[in-house]
Amino acid sequence: MQVLDAKVPGVYERTGPNSAGRQNLSLGRLTVSEYGFTRREFMRWALAASAAGAFSQSFLSKLVAAAEVAVKEYPLIWMQTSACSGCSVSVINTIHPSIKNVILDQILPGHQLFLNYHSTLMAAAGTLSTETAMDTGRRHKGKYIYIVEGAIPTFKDGIDGTLGEENGKPITMLEWVRRLAPDAMAILAVGTCAAYGGIAAASPNPTGSKGIGDVLKMLSIKTPVVNIPGCPCHPDWFIGTVARVLLYGLPNPKELDEAGRLKIYFGKSVHNRCINRDYLDEGTFSSKFGEPGCLLELGCKGPFTYADCPLRQWNSGVNWCINANAPCIGCTEPGFPDAHSPLYQRR
Amino acid sequence: MKTRVAVDPLTRIEGHLSVEATVEDGAVVEARSSATLFRGFEQILVGRDPLDAVQITQRFCGVCPTAHAVASSQCLENAFGIMPPDNGRIIRNLIQGANYIQSHILHFYHLASLDFVRGPDFPPFIPRYEADYRLPKAASDAIVSHYVDALHIRLKAHEMSAVFSGKMPHCASVVPGGVTVTPAVDKVTTFLWRLKELREFITNVYVPDVLTIAEVYRDYGEIGAGCKTFLSYGAFDLDNEPDVQKRKRFFPMARSLGGKLATVDPGKITEDVSRSWYGSSTHLAPSAGETAQDSAKKDAYTWVKAPRYDNGVYEVGPLARATIARMTDASSIHSKAIDDALKNLRLKPENLPSVMGRHLCRALETKALADAMADWVLQIKLDQPVATAFVIPEHGSGYGLWDASRGALGHWISIKNKRIDRYQAVVPTTWNASPRDDTGQAGAIEQALVGAPVKDPANPFSIARIVRSFDPCIACAVHLLTPSGKLLHQFRAV
Repeated sequence: MQVLDAKVPGVYERTGPNSAGRQNLSLGRLTVSEYGFTRREFMRWALAASAAGAFSQSFLSKLVAAAEVAVKEYPLIWMQTSACSGCSVSVINTIHPSIKNVILDQILPGHQLFLNYHSTLMAAAGTLSTETAMDTGRRHKGKYIYIVEGAIPTFKDGIDGTLGEENGKPITMLEWVRRLAPDAMAILAVGTCAAYGGIAAASPNPTGSKGIGDVLKMLSIKTPVVNIPGCPCHPDWFIGTVARVLLYGLPNPKELDEAGRLKIYFGKSVHNRCINRDYLDEGTFSSKFGEPGCLLELGCKGPFTYADCPLRQWNSGVNWCINANAPCIGCTEPGFPDAHSPLYQRR
Repeated sequence: MKTRVAVDPLTRIEGHLSVEATVEDGAVVEARSSATLFRGFEQILVGRDPLDAVQITQRFCGVCPTAHAVASSQCLENAFGIMPPDNGRIIRNLIQGANYIQSHILHFYHLASLDFVRGPDFPPFIPRYEADYRLPKAASDAIVSHYVDALHIRLKAHEMSAVFSGKMPHCASVVPGGVTVTPAVDKVTTFLWRLKELREFITNVYVPDVLTIAEVYRDYGEIGAGCKTFLSYGAFDLDNEPDVQKRKRFFPMARSLGGKLATVDPGKITEDVSRSWYGSSTHLAPSAGETAQDSAKKDAYTWVKAPRYDNGVYEVGPLARATIARMTDASSIHSKAIDDALKNLRLKPENLPSVMGRHLCRALETKALADAMADWVLQIKLDQPVATAFVIPEHGSGYGLWDASRGALGHWISIKNKRIDRYQAVVPTTWNASPRDDTGQAGAIEQALVGAPVKDPANPFSIARIVRSFDPCIACAVHLLTPSGKLLHQFRAV
């Protein structure tokens, strides 16, 4: 086994290039850097180094103690329910940190996420995957972050949506919530479906779908929930909310609005900060698609929608709906889509 | 001895799918694919403003929303009797093309590659089935590191789409009549430079990686053949001909049946529901589709309907498009690239219907498309309109046929009193993951699974490889029915 370029803060100097962090591990190199190792990997590295005579047992124990203090691990269970995967696809568009950093590196100094369960990304399938989620729930009580993407079907005890099976019977998504919600450190509702029901719960709501907050009320589960709506959820809103929880703990009630969202992202209306305010002021309204002007006559829901899209923009800041001359459809709001329908008619 | 093998959930696909197979003497003799989530989109659309369909149907799927945006817009345009102008057509092609690229890269690296290479030893790469990983360590590690690179590069494809679509997933600017976005030179430039980066990745990394895996897993050029009949509605309009059957498309609209090319008549498409949790009449045209659940239906096993063309089972997707491209124009760049790859791999065209054939066709169409897009973006004319005006008719009906990255996608609408009276979508995965039909014919994936080698029923990796080669998208496929009150269906695990 090779030991190279090792740097534990304050112990070794870095002597060679070290950028990829844990990615290098996958390639058979053992690289330890300030941001690039987990406790588990550090232990493996330290034991190997010790076995190779790199340093003494007593020094090893000091290193281990330092590592124990240094890195906190947060197992994630990311459950996709009645959803379209759009929020997962959006969140992996994060740029700083990149999704590589989120999955492989310490997302913040001393804080490492472990994506134990995510049905679209994980290697395992079948019972092995389901058991991984349930096992994470059992072994990390009070310490795991439970991410819900999608609404939860509730009619007939949730039989419209099942995920995996047990003893020959499907496990409903509702049952997953019963088992995993009570012992989670926090629940993050990613996207409007998870937060408020969204598209899945649109009238006539054929599956009785609800957002996770309402489901928890129904089940009398008290675990705190932070809503990160959007159809899809913006990657910055997700990463920022995770960072808030990791660095400073759960948001206090003052930081959230009445819809359970962080005010730093959802505190002001799209309309108030719209790039088309000059058109509004001069009275130029777009009356058909493709025509420049304020989009209110084409049904823009900016005045009723709370999100920082005008400042933040989407997809690494290249564009956003109104900058593409398309009306805001109000996708971050609890009433989406019904309260905003018809989407292209003035409310 | 017969053993039943259930993989539930089958992960690393979009949505919730389970597969149950009967294994005898080390091979699958019968298989059933079952979608385990029901969403009820058609019900949600009834009574709404027709324009809402473009936004709501995108939410079928966050991986391929642009395809629904375009199919839905074309469906409405067909009902309104309009066509988009050149700019609208071209910009839609660019928005859709960018999403093909991101979807195909994501499928190969993030959904499928872990079937063939061993990932690193931490979540989400463990736990895993210990499959037969055959690549030499250096080659395997290189693909794992490309997995990481691909996470970033597919984001560039989304950015490229958003330059014209406003945002991704769920694009804002595609509307009936064309697009809303105002073209500008900075958009053209930034699109081109992102495309350049993607073309380099596709040519130098993606295609070579698929060839590397295909070389080592050449036996998977003979596994998972399926029904060998193919359907493509075609995609990427190259002119503004109102009749979709006469319109020139980059991927042509056609069928391949018994090795012969055939035309597509949308009137011959029907949907059977005899094995779906669905109680209304079976064998109906999508334009007349009914929605009535049957909670306790005997012998039903999935939320997916069984679409058939003239009673025939068809596979859709990149393999279907490639097969049809080779038959339509053997000298095209796309066709030649496929022939060259087959030659290099010492495989025959008969090997294309297979697990490896699907991966290969997906990669090579990504390259052909990305190369063509570099020309399309320069065809935008800055001073020309992007959308055609329209009036929503009191009554009317229409359809839109368009290939999503995963295959043939059709939307059907009828309008009454300016509102949606009926809306049906027949999506790619409904074709591929369909259950048995009224006459007992198995769906494309079910047929492809028959004969799959399963040495260890506790570790059925070949089943997963076959199913994933189709790139199933269950969120799209299960939008169909009304669900209140399905009975528990019994699964027998091993």
